Amino acid sequence: MTEHIAIVGGGTGGTVLANTLAEKLDAELAAGVVEITLFNDGKDHVYKPVWLYVAFGQREPADGRRPLREVVDDRITIRQDYVVDVDHERKELELVEAIDPAPYDKLVVATGAQLEPERVPGLAEGGHHFYGDDGAQALRDELLAMDGGHIVLSVVGTPHMCPAAPLEFTFMVDDWLRERGRRDAFDITYTYPIMRVHGNEHIADWADPRLRARDIAIETMFNAEAVDPEAETIVSMEGTNLDYDLLVAIPPHTGSDFVESAGLGDGGWVDVDKHTLEATGFDDVYAIGDAAQTGVPKAGSAAHYQANVVAQRVASEVRGQPATAVYGGKTVCFIETGMDDATFVEFDYERPPEPSEPTRAMHWSKLAYNESYWLTALGLL
Amino acid sequence: MTTRQNHTEADTTVDARGATCPGPLMDLISEVRAVNIGTVIALLTDTEKSPTEVQEWADESGNEVLDVVDEGDHYRIHVKKR
Repeated sequence: MTEHIAIVGGGTGGTVLANTLAEKLDAELAAGVVEITLFNDGKDHVYKPVWLYVAFGQREPADGRRPLREVVDDRITIRQDYVVDVDHERKELELVEAIDPAPYDKLVVATGAQLEPERVPGLAEGGHHFYGDDGAQALRDELLAMDGGHIVLSVVGTPHMCPAAPLEFTFMVDDWLRERGRRDAFDITYTYPIMRVHGNEHIADWADPRLRARDIAIETMFNAEAVDPEAETIVSMEGTNLDYDLLVAIPPHTGSDFVESAGLGDGGWVDVDKHTLEATGFDDVYAIGDAAQTGVPKAGSAAHYQANVVAQRVASEVRGQPATAVYGGKTVCFIETGMDDATFVEFDYERPPEPSEPTRAMHWSKLAYNESYWLTALGLL
Repeated sequence: MTTRQNHTEADTTVDARGATCPGPLMDLISEVRAVNIGTVIALLTDTEKSPTEVQEWADESGNEVLDVVDEGDHYRIHVKKR
Protein backbone atom coordinates (compact mmCIF):
# COMPACT_ATOMS: atom_id res chain seq x y z
CA MET A 1 0.00 0.00 0.00
CA THR A 2 1.38 3.42 -0.96
CA GLU A 3 1.98 5.97 1.77
CA HIS A 4 1.08 9.50 0.68
CA ILE A 5 3.11 12.45 1.92
CA ALA A 6 1.47 15.78 1.13
CA ILE A 7 3.32 19.10 1.36
CA VAL A 8 1.19 22.23 1.06
CA GLY A 9 3.21 25.22 -0.11
CA GLY A 10 6.12 25.50 -2.54
CA GLY A 11 8.16 28.22 -0.84
CA THR A 12 11.55 27.69 0.76
CA GLY A 13 10.31 25.30 3.46
CA GLY A 14 8.10 23.18 1.22
CA THR A 15 10.67 22.97 -1.56
CA VAL A 16 13.63 22.09 0.67
CA LEU A 17 11.48 19.51 2.41
CA ALA A 18 10.34 17.93 -0.86
CA ASN A 19 13.87 17.72 -2.23
CA THR A 20 15.32 16.39 1.01
CA LEU A 21 12.62 13.73 1.27
CA ALA A 22 13.25 12.71 -2.34
CA GLU A 23 16.83 11.92 -1.37
CA LYS A 24 16.04 10.27 1.94
CA LEU A 25 13.22 8.13 0.62
CA ASP A 26 14.78 7.33 -2.73
CA ALA A 27 14.39 3.57 -2.29
CA GLU A 28 10.81 3.82 -1.07
CA LEU A 29 9.88 6.14 -3.94
CA ALA A 30 11.47 3.80 -6.46
CA ALA A 31 9.57 0.85 -4.98
CA GLY A 32 6.30 2.75 -5.15
CA VAL A 33 5.60 2.41 -1.43
CA VAL A 34 5.81 6.18 -0.94
CA GLU A 35 4.43 9.01 -3.02
CA ILE A 36 5.24 12.64 -2.31
CA THR A 37 3.05 15.45 -3.64
CA LEU A 38 3.82 19.15 -3.39
CA PHE A 39 0.73 21.36 -3.67
CA ASN A 40 1.28 24.98 -4.68
CA ASP A 41 -1.13 27.69 -5.73
CA GLY A 42 1.16 29.07 -8.45
CA LYS A 43 3.60 27.69 -10.97
CA ASP A 44 6.67 29.53 -9.64
CA HIS A 45 9.00 29.25 -6.70
CA VAL A 46 9.80 32.72 -5.36
CA TYR A 47 12.95 33.77 -3.52
CA LYS A 48 11.60 36.72 -1.58
CA PRO A 49 14.85 38.40 -0.38
CA VAL A 50 15.37 39.66 -3.95
CA TRP A 51 12.57 42.19 -3.44
CA LEU A 52 14.68 44.36 -1.10
CA TYR A 53 17.19 44.85 -3.91
CA VAL A 54 14.49 45.46 -6.53
CA ALA A 55 13.52 48.58 -4.58
CA PHE A 56 17.01 49.99 -5.21
CA GLY A 57 17.22 48.93 -8.84
CA GLN A 58 19.85 46.27 -8.14
CA ARG A 59 17.73 43.26 -9.03
CA GLU A 60 14.69 42.52 -11.17
CA PRO A 61 11.70 40.53 -9.91
CA ALA A 62 12.52 37.78 -12.41
CA ASP A 63 15.81 37.19 -10.53
CA GLY A 64 13.79 35.78 -7.63
CA ARG A 65 11.38 33.63 -9.59
CA ARG A 66 11.80 30.24 -11.26
CA PRO A 67 9.32 27.56 -12.31
CA LEU A 68 8.72 25.27 -9.35
CA ARG A 69 9.30 22.28 -11.62
CA GLU A 70 12.88 23.44 -12.20
CA VAL A 71 13.75 23.50 -8.50
CA VAL A 72 11.85 20.41 -7.34
CA ASP A 73 13.16 16.88 -7.76
CA ASP A 74 11.54 14.86 -10.54
CA ARG A 75 10.56 12.18 -8.04
CA ILE A 76 8.10 14.66 -6.49
CA THR A 77 4.63 15.13 -7.96
CA ILE A 78 3.67 18.81 -8.23
CA ARG A 79 0.02 19.78 -8.26
CA GLN A 80 -0.90 23.39 -8.94
CA ASP A 81 -4.06 23.84 -6.94
CA TYR A 82 -5.47 25.56 -3.86
CA VAL A 83 -5.85 23.40 -0.77
CA VAL A 84 -8.81 24.83 1.11
CA ASP A 85 -9.52 22.35 3.90
CA VAL A 86 -8.48 19.14 5.62
CA ASP A 87 -10.69 16.23 6.59
CA HIS A 88 -8.63 15.01 9.54
CA GLU A 89 -10.79 11.91 10.01
CA ARG A 90 -10.56 10.70 6.44
CA LYS A 91 -7.07 12.18 5.97
CA GLU A 92 -7.97 13.99 2.80
CA LEU A 93 -7.25 17.44 1.39
CA GLU A 94 -10.04 19.42 -0.22
CA LEU A 95 -8.91 21.20 -3.38
CA VAL A 96 -10.37 23.99 -5.52
CA GLU A 97 -9.58 22.70 -8.99
CA ALA A 98 -9.76 18.95 -8.46
CA ILE A 99 -13.13 17.35 -7.82
CA ASP A 100 -11.74 14.43 -5.86
CA PRO A 101 -9.99 15.09 -2.55
CA ALA A 102 -6.33 14.18 -2.25
CA PRO A 103 -5.42 11.50 0.31
CA TYR A 104 -2.52 11.88 2.73
CA ASP A 105 -0.88 9.82 5.44
CA LYS A 106 1.58 12.56 6.44
CA LEU A 107 0.74 16.23 5.93
CA VAL A 108 3.19 19.13 6.14
CA VAL A 109 1.81 22.68 6.09
CA ALA A 110 4.21 25.22 4.60
CA THR A 111 1.74 27.86 3.48
CA GLY A 112 3.82 30.90 4.40
CA ALA A 113 2.59 34.43 5.04
CA GLN A 114 0.67 36.93 2.96
CA LEU A 115 0.24 40.69 3.16
CA GLU A 116 -2.95 42.23 4.47
CA PRO A 117 -2.49 46.03 4.35
CA GLU A 118 -6.28 46.50 4.36
CA ARG A 119 -6.27 45.90 8.12
CA VAL A 120 -4.98 49.46 8.62
CA PRO A 121 -7.25 52.12 7.09
CA GLY A 122 -5.54 54.03 4.29
CA LEU A 123 -2.38 51.91 4.30
CA ALA A 124 -2.98 50.12 1.00
CA GLU A 125 -3.58 53.46 -0.74
CA GLY A 126 -0.99 55.57 1.06
CA GLY A 127 1.87 53.20 1.73
CA HIS A 128 4.55 51.48 -0.30
CA HIS A 129 6.27 48.22 0.58
CA PHE A 130 8.96 45.85 -0.70
CA TYR A 131 7.21 42.54 -0.02
CA GLY A 132 6.29 41.56 -3.57
CA ASP A 133 7.16 42.02 -7.24
CA ASP A 134 4.71 44.86 -7.82
CA GLY A 135 5.28 46.56 -4.48
CA ALA A 136 9.06 46.57 -4.82
CA GLN A 137 8.91 47.96 -8.36
CA ALA A 138 6.45 50.69 -7.38
CA LEU A 139 8.72 51.63 -4.50
CA ARG A 140 11.74 51.73 -6.80
CA ASP A 141 9.90 54.05 -9.20
CA GLU A 142 8.80 56.31 -6.35
CA LEU A 143 12.30 56.53 -4.86
CA LEU A 144 13.78 57.45 -8.24
CA ALA A 145 11.15 60.14 -8.79
CA MET A 146 11.84 61.94 -5.49
CA ASP A 147 14.06 65.02 -5.29
CA GLY A 148 13.77 65.28 -1.54
CA GLY A 149 11.34 65.01 1.34
CA HIS A 150 10.51 62.87 4.32
CA ILE A 151 10.80 59.09 4.04
CA VAL A 152 9.07 57.20 6.84
CA LEU A 153 9.78 53.50 7.33
CA SER A 154 7.05 52.19 9.59
CA VAL A 155 6.84 48.68 10.97
CA VAL A 156 3.07 48.33 11.06
CA GLY A 157 2.36 44.62 11.02
CA THR A 158 3.71 42.08 13.45
CA PRO A 159 4.66 39.35 12.97
CA HIS A 160 6.12 39.97 9.53
CA MET A 161 8.47 38.26 7.11
CA CYS A 162 12.17 38.82 7.80
CA PRO A 163 12.35 40.89 11.01
CA ALA A 164 15.68 42.34 9.85
CA ALA A 165 14.29 43.79 6.62
CA PRO A 166 12.93 47.10 8.04
CA LEU A 167 16.36 47.93 9.46
CA GLU A 168 18.03 46.81 6.25
CA PHE A 169 15.83 49.04 4.10
CA THR A 170 16.42 52.02 6.39
CA PHE A 171 20.20 51.59 6.39
CA MET A 172 20.20 50.99 2.64
CA VAL A 173 18.05 53.99 1.69
CA ASP A 174 20.25 56.24 3.83
CA ASP A 175 23.40 54.95 2.12
CA TRP A 176 21.79 54.96 -1.33
CA LEU A 177 20.93 58.65 -0.94
CA ARG A 178 24.42 59.48 0.40
CA GLU A 179 26.08 57.73 -2.54
CA ARG A 180 23.98 59.87 -4.88
CA GLY A 181 24.77 63.05 -2.95
CA ARG A 182 21.08 63.49 -2.12
CA ARG A 183 20.94 62.69 1.60
CA ASP A 184 20.77 66.37 2.67
CA ALA A 185 17.51 66.77 0.76
CA PHE A 186 15.82 63.99 2.74
CA ASP A 187 14.70 63.31 6.27
CA ILE A 188 14.36 59.67 7.27
CA THR A 189 12.27 58.40 10.17
CA TYR A 190 12.11 54.82 11.42
CA THR A 191 9.12 53.77 13.54
CA TYR A 192 8.75 50.61 15.61
CA PRO A 193 5.85 49.32 17.73
CA ILE A 194 7.68 48.86 21.04
CA MET A 195 10.13 50.81 23.21
CA ARG A 196 13.22 49.98 21.15
CA VAL A 197 14.09 49.76 17.47
CA HIS A 198 13.75 45.98 17.19
CA GLY A 199 11.81 43.30 19.00
CA ASN A 200 14.96 41.44 19.94
CA GLU A 201 16.89 43.57 22.42
CA HIS A 202 20.28 42.36 21.20
CA ILE A 203 19.48 43.48 17.66
CA ALA A 204 17.97 46.71 19.01
CA ASP A 205 21.05 47.55 21.11
CA TRP A 206 23.22 47.04 18.06
CA ALA A 207 21.02 48.98 15.61
CA ASP A 208 19.97 51.97 17.72
CA PRO A 209 23.29 53.85 17.80
CA ARG A 210 23.86 53.10 14.12
CA LEU A 211 20.54 54.66 13.17
CA ARG A 212 21.26 57.75 15.28
CA ALA A 213 24.77 58.10 13.86
CA ARG A 214 23.24 58.42 10.40
CA ASP A 215 20.80 61.11 11.47
CA ILE A 216 17.81 58.78 11.13
CA ALA A 217 14.98 59.88 13.42
CA ILE A 218 13.52 57.15 15.63
CA GLU A 219 9.91 56.88 16.77
CA THR A 220 9.41 53.97 19.13
CA MET A 221 6.08 52.96 20.68
CA PHE A 222 4.50 53.69 17.33
CA ASN A 223 1.69 51.32 16.34
CA ALA A 224 0.10 52.66 13.18
CA GLU A 225 -3.63 53.08 13.49
CA ALA A 226 -4.47 54.80 10.21
CA VAL A 227 -2.94 56.43 7.16
CA ASP A 228 -4.40 59.46 5.41
CA PRO A 229 -3.19 59.18 1.79
CA GLU A 230 -4.51 62.65 0.87
CA ALA A 231 -2.90 64.51 3.75
CA GLU A 232 0.12 62.15 3.66
CA THR A 233 0.05 61.48 7.37
CA ILE A 234 0.27 58.36 9.51
CA VAL A 235 -1.11 58.32 13.05
CA SER A 236 -0.32 55.81 15.78
CA MET A 237 -2.47 54.16 18.44
CA GLU A 238 -0.31 56.07 20.92
CA GLY A 239 -1.37 59.41 19.40
CA THR A 240 1.74 60.36 17.42
CA ASN A 241 1.14 61.92 14.01
CA LEU A 242 3.80 61.90 11.29
CA ASP A 243 3.81 63.71 7.95
CA TYR A 244 5.46 61.84 5.12
CA ASP A 245 6.35 62.26 1.47
CA LEU A 246 7.07 58.55 1.06
CA LEU A 247 5.68 55.98 3.46
CA VAL A 248 7.40 52.60 3.31
CA ALA A 249 5.42 50.29 5.53
CA ILE A 250 5.81 46.75 6.73
CA PRO A 251 2.17 45.78 6.23
CA PRO A 252 0.19 43.48 8.50
CA HIS A 253 0.72 39.85 7.59
CA THR A 254 -1.61 36.89 7.77
CA GLY A 255 -1.25 33.19 7.27
CA SER A 256 -3.29 31.02 4.95
CA ASP A 257 -7.09 30.78 5.28
CA PHE A 258 -6.60 27.06 4.87
CA VAL A 259 -4.90 26.84 8.27
CA GLU A 260 -7.90 28.36 9.96
CA SER A 261 -10.50 26.31 8.06
CA ALA A 262 -8.52 23.16 8.88
CA GLY A 263 -8.63 24.08 12.57
CA LEU A 264 -4.86 24.09 12.83
CA GLY A 265 -4.49 27.53 14.44
CA ASP A 266 -5.62 31.14 14.54
CA GLY A 267 -4.71 33.86 12.07
CA GLY A 268 -3.35 31.38 9.57
CA TRP A 269 -0.51 30.31 11.88
CA VAL A 270 -0.30 26.66 12.90
CA ASP A 271 0.05 25.83 16.59
CA VAL A 272 3.02 23.50 16.78
CA ASP A 273 5.36 21.89 19.24
CA LYS A 274 8.37 24.19 18.86
CA HIS A 275 10.80 21.29 18.84
CA THR A 276 9.06 18.49 16.96
CA LEU A 277 7.09 20.88 14.69
CA GLU A 278 4.04 18.61 15.03
CA ALA A 279 0.72 20.40 14.84
CA THR A 280 -0.87 20.60 18.27
CA GLY A 281 -3.68 18.10 18.67
CA PHE A 282 -3.37 16.40 15.30
CA ASP A 283 -1.63 13.18 14.36
CA ASP A 284 0.58 13.08 11.29
CA VAL A 285 0.45 16.85 10.66
CA TYR A 286 3.53 19.08 10.74
CA ALA A 287 4.05 22.77 9.97
CA ILE A 288 7.22 24.58 8.96
CA GLY A 289 8.39 28.05 7.98
CA ASP A 290 6.33 31.21 8.28
CA ALA A 291 3.14 29.19 8.86
CA ALA A 292 4.46 27.55 12.04
CA GLN A 293 4.11 29.33 15.39
CA THR A 294 7.56 28.64 16.75
CA GLY A 295 8.69 32.00 18.11
CA VAL A 296 11.55 32.25 15.64
CA PRO A 297 11.57 34.77 12.77
CA LYS A 298 9.55 34.27 9.66
CA ALA A 299 12.72 33.80 7.66
CA GLY A 300 13.89 31.47 4.93
CA SER A 301 16.76 30.10 7.00
CA ALA A 302 14.38 29.00 9.77
CA ALA A 303 12.13 27.35 7.18
CA HIS A 304 15.15 25.58 5.73
CA TYR A 305 16.36 24.17 9.06
CA GLN A 306 12.82 23.18 10.03
CA ALA A 307 12.39 21.40 6.68
CA ASN A 308 15.50 19.33 7.41
CA VAL A 309 14.10 18.33 10.82
CA VAL A 310 10.70 17.36 9.45
CA ALA A 311 12.30 15.45 6.58
CA GLN A 312 14.20 13.35 9.11
CA ARG A 313 11.12 12.82 11.25
CA VAL A 314 8.84 11.87 8.36
CA ALA A 315 11.45 9.52 6.86
CA SER A 316 11.79 7.79 10.24
CA GLU A 317 8.04 7.45 10.61
CA VAL A 318 7.66 6.04 7.10
CA ARG A 319 10.19 3.35 8.04
CA GLY A 320 8.37 2.59 11.27
CA GLN A 321 11.20 3.98 13.36
CA PRO A 322 10.96 6.53 16.19
CA ALA A 323 11.33 10.13 15.02
CA THR A 324 14.17 11.71 16.96
CA ALA A 325 15.11 14.88 15.07
CA VAL A 326 14.15 18.12 16.83
CA TYR A 327 14.37 21.79 15.92
CA GLY A 328 16.44 23.90 18.30
CA GLY A 329 15.34 27.26 16.90
CA LYS A 330 18.34 27.73 14.63
CA THR A 331 18.09 30.83 12.48
CA VAL A 332 20.71 32.71 10.50
CA CYS A 333 20.24 36.17 9.00
CA PHE A 334 22.40 38.48 6.99
CA ILE A 335 21.61 42.10 7.81
CA GLU A 336 22.52 44.73 5.23
CA THR A 337 23.77 47.92 6.90
CA GLY A 338 24.12 49.92 3.71
CA MET A 339 24.68 49.34 0.01
CA ASP A 340 28.14 47.83 0.62
CA ASP A 341 28.27 46.50 4.20
CA ALA A 342 26.43 43.85 6.18
CA THR A 343 26.53 41.84 9.38
CA PHE A 344 25.42 38.33 10.22
CA VAL A 345 23.61 36.74 13.15
CA GLU A 346 23.05 33.13 14.13
CA PHE A 347 20.83 32.24 17.05
CA ASP A 348 18.42 29.65 18.45
CA TYR A 349 16.02 29.06 21.33
CA GLU A 350 18.87 29.21 23.83
CA ARG A 351 21.43 31.59 22.31
CA PRO A 352 20.54 35.20 21.43
CA PRO A 353 21.75 36.93 18.27
CA GLU A 354 25.01 38.84 18.61
CA PRO A 355 25.51 41.12 15.60
CA SER A 356 29.12 41.85 14.82
CA GLU A 357 30.76 44.89 13.23
CA PRO A 358 29.49 45.17 9.63
CA THR A 359 31.97 44.38 6.89
CA ARG A 360 32.14 44.58 3.13
CA ALA A 361 32.97 40.87 3.05
CA MET A 362 29.70 40.00 4.79
CA HIS A 363 27.77 42.10 2.26
CA TRP A 364 29.37 40.14 -0.56
CA SER A 365 28.63 36.93 1.32
CA LYS A 366 24.97 37.88 1.33
CA LEU A 367 24.98 38.64 -2.38
CA ALA A 368 26.80 35.37 -3.03
CA TYR A 369 24.21 33.51 -0.99
CA ASN A 370 21.41 35.19 -2.96
CA GLU A 371 22.99 33.86 -6.15
CA SER A 372 23.49 30.38 -4.74
CA TYR A 373 20.03 30.22 -3.14
CA TRP A 374 18.82 28.00 -5.94
CA LEU A 375 21.20 25.32 -4.72
CA THR A 376 19.61 25.67 -1.28
CA ALA A 377 16.16 25.10 -2.72
CA LEU A 378 17.46 22.00 -4.46
CA GLY A 379 18.66 20.73 -1.09
CA LEU A 380 22.31 20.93 -2.13
CA LEU A 381 23.39 23.70 0.27
CA MET B 1 2.40 46.28 38.52
CA THR B 2 1.21 43.58 40.84
CA THR B 3 2.54 40.09 41.22
CA ARG B 4 0.17 37.79 42.99
CA GLN B 5 -1.68 34.54 42.76
CA ASN B 6 -3.90 34.88 39.78
CA HIS B 7 -7.51 34.02 39.13
CA THR B 8 -7.94 36.12 36.01
CA GLU B 9 -9.55 34.29 33.14
CA ALA B 10 -8.15 35.02 29.73
CA ASP B 11 -10.18 35.06 26.52
CA THR B 12 -7.13 34.16 24.47
CA THR B 13 -3.55 33.06 25.13
CA VAL B 14 -0.32 34.01 23.40
CA ASP B 15 2.36 31.45 24.19
CA ALA B 16 5.61 33.32 23.52
CA ARG B 17 7.83 31.05 25.60
CA GLY B 18 11.06 30.55 23.72
CA ALA B 19 10.25 33.40 21.34
CA THR B 20 13.56 34.67 20.03
CA CYS B 21 12.81 37.27 17.41
CA PRO B 22 11.04 39.63 17.30
CA GLY B 23 9.98 38.55 20.77
CA PRO B 24 7.08 38.25 23.23
CA LEU B 25 5.99 41.90 23.30
CA MET B 26 5.65 41.94 19.52
CA ASP B 27 3.62 38.73 19.70
CA LEU B 28 1.36 40.38 22.26
CA ILE B 29 0.86 43.52 20.14
CA SER B 30 -0.07 41.36 17.18
CA GLU B 31 -2.79 39.72 19.24
CA VAL B 32 -3.98 43.06 20.67
CA ARG B 33 -4.46 44.30 17.11
CA ALA B 34 -6.50 41.23 16.22
CA VAL B 35 -8.99 41.12 19.12
CA ASN B 36 -11.94 43.28 20.15
CA ILE B 37 -11.88 45.92 22.88
CA GLY B 38 -12.40 44.33 26.28
CA THR B 39 -10.67 41.07 25.39
CA VAL B 40 -8.30 39.71 28.04
CA ILE B 41 -5.10 38.21 26.63
CA ALA B 42 -2.77 35.94 28.60
CA LEU B 43 0.84 36.33 27.49
CA LEU B 44 3.10 33.43 28.47
CA THR B 45 6.71 34.55 28.36
CA ASP B 46 10.03 33.38 29.74
CA THR B 47 11.78 36.65 28.91
CA GLU B 48 12.90 38.28 32.15
CA LYS B 49 12.16 41.82 30.99
CA SER B 50 8.64 41.07 29.75
CA PRO B 51 6.72 42.24 32.85
CA THR B 52 8.44 45.64 32.70
CA GLU B 53 8.18 45.98 28.95
CA VAL B 54 4.55 44.93 28.74
CA GLN B 55 3.64 47.41 31.49
CA GLU B 56 5.55 50.20 29.75
CA TRP B 57 3.89 49.46 26.43
CA ALA B 58 0.44 49.16 28.00
CA ASP B 59 0.86 52.53 29.74
CA GLU B 60 1.86 54.15 26.49
CA SER B 61 -0.82 52.53 24.32
CA GLY B 62 -3.68 52.85 26.79
CA ASN B 63 -4.15 49.14 27.41
CA GLU B 64 -4.28 47.59 30.87
CA VAL B 65 -2.08 45.04 32.59
CA LEU B 66 -4.44 43.21 34.94
CA ASP B 67 -1.79 41.14 36.68
CA VAL B 68 1.53 39.38 36.35
CA VAL B 69 1.88 35.86 37.68
CA ASP B 70 5.25 34.23 38.25
CA GLU B 71 4.70 30.62 37.18
CA GLY B 72 8.21 29.54 38.07
CA ASP B 73 9.78 29.02 34.66
CA HIS B 74 7.70 31.69 32.94
CA TYR B 75 5.41 34.65 33.51
CA ARG B 76 1.69 34.77 32.76
CA ILE B 77 0.73 38.39 32.06
CA HIS B 78 -2.92 39.30 31.61
CA VAL B 79 -3.58 42.32 29.41
CA LYS B 80 -6.97 43.82 28.68
CA LYS B 81 -7.44 45.65 25.40
CA ARG B 82 -8.84 49.14 25.97
